[in-house]
Amino acid sequence: MQVDWQTFWPRIVEATGETIFMVIATLILGSILGISIGLLLFVTRKGNILENKFVSVLLNLLINFIRPIPFIIFLVAISPLTRTLIGTTIGTWAAVFPMTIAASFGIARVVENNLISIDPGVIEAAKAMGASPFQIIFTVLIPEALGPLILGLTFVTVSLIDFSAMAGTVGGGGLGHIAMTYGYQRFDGSVMVVTVVLLILLVQLAQWLGNSLSRKFLRR
Amino acid sequence: MIEFLKASKSFRTAKREVHAVQDVSLTIEQGDIYGIIGFSGAGKSTLLRLVNLLEKPTAGSVKVQGTDITTLSPKELRKLRRRIGMIFQNFNLFTSRTVAGNVGYPLKLAGTPRQEVQKRVAELLQFVGLSDKANDYPEQLSGGQKQRVGIARALATSPDILICDEATSALDPETTADILRLLKKVNAEFGITILLITHEMHVIQTICNKVTIMENGKVLESGSVFDTFTNPQHETTQKFIQSVQQDRPSSTLLEKWRADGGTKLYRIVFKGDIAGAPLLSRITRKHGTDFNIVYGTVRELQEQLYGNLLVSFEGPELAIKQVISELSELTEIKEVKTDAS
Repeated sequence: MQVDWQTFWPRIVEATGETIFMVIATLILGSILGISIGLLLFVTRKGNILENKFVSVLLNLLINFIRPIPFIIFLVAISPLTRTLIGTTIGTWAAVFPMTIAASFGIARVVENNLISIDPGVIEAAKAMGASPFQIIFTVLIPEALGPLILGLTFVTVSLIDFSAMAGTVGGGGLGHIAMTYGYQRFDGSVMVVTVVLLILLVQLAQWLGNSLSRKFLRR
Repeated sequence: MIEFLKASKSFRTAKREVHAVQDVSLTIEQGDIYGIIGFSGAGKSTLLRLVNLLEKPTAGSVKVQGTDITTLSPKELRKLRRRIGMIFQNFNLFTSRTVAGNVGYPLKLAGTPRQEVQKRVAELLQFVGLSDKANDYPEQLSGGQKQRVGIARALATSPDILICDEATSALDPETTADILRLLKKVNAEFGITILLITHEMHVIQTICNKVTIMENGKVLESGSVFDTFTNPQHETTQKFIQSVQQDRPSSTLLEKWRADGGTKLYRIVFKGDIAGAPLLSRITRKHGTDFNIVYGTVRELQEQLYGNLLVSFEGPELAIKQVISELSELTEIKEVKTDAS
């Protein structure tokens, strides 16, 4: 059975909106959480400005525990917690929650890696000028890592579009849901093509935005 | 101004304990341009970092303007660090900030109002000759320009002390001379005490008034640059001095001199005022002998003349002995062995 494109287009538009919403909401929430965790990971490293073995080991364990779990499994595994916190496991917000958790830990590693690549001499210089650890974080670490950080977040955004499609298959809505129910289960090739093309366009758009934004901040 | 009192610093690595600085006692006076020289691994870089507590001494203490800095609270320490400017071999500029942003950064940390920061930054950039580069990013600058920005940034909070970590080691000779002139100007115009570390004797010779030679974390010798150059006590010191002024010809040349039937060679060292008097010709003439300068230099060091000559004498043996004994009262004179030693 083929879909009636006359009435189906509005559904596609709506689904695209849902996907964009899930990705952007996750990106914002995940960045806040991920950047905080990444900074904490970095500053508590051995020999760093707020060295703390306990926090460092704990965070590393947590990240290495969560990250290897395939997202589709994680999504289902965490659903009891999603239900408790969001009240439901269906809908875009219910998808945003597990996506945010998974993205945060990925972003944390990206942030940590970018911070490690900052010349330690620059941090030493700031220390020598009388900067407090707090000042070092906000006036040295973040601005110095911003260019590569934006590229890292762009990379994460692309995988978030992927995540959102997976979340769609278990009731999250969005293009993934459309592709799954109409394209896959009803064997409608044209729906599949349209959703895939839309997803590719979204990825291109995200990559282009990230590249041009990072170029503004990348000074090397 | 800065006092190291039996300061030591060791690092524990997985395999062994490294004693980077051992039992160092030094005093740097107000207004000095004090140089610490040593080969890499001598501990000079660690010693320098004890001054603003980027490294904490494991024993002994460090006093800055009379205060034992090891007893300061973190807040007091940050305040002290604003009184001590620091520049680096690799400049360590913030790549995300413009030249003006880099220079103004320490003022921003201290909570200086924006307008005042702008005014001070303009002043500093004028002082280092980079007014036209205010809005450039560090990546657009040459090495010498980057170090100028580093110096302007270090001076932003009007410190009393400037510490320099191999500030010219990454620069070419011409740019090094520029930066050294600028440091001298910083010392002369603002009365800022400068403590620098280097592995280049040329730097010490050009701007320092006092010097300490370090090896294996320990001080070998310290003193005025003039005394150290003219009367080095340790072999390492001699090596450093020979790196800027060769005081003897090569051994091949010396051997050839001997093979050709050359007479005995004497090294005569003149210091200070005496280098200005026609000593050699007067004394040799008095005893009816001649002299021949085989090798040597006369140079200016710390605004004093300093001569180092290899001389042979011709004439009756007794007369030469008298010449030598008379010269030894006024200069340092020593026979030089011409065999390959």
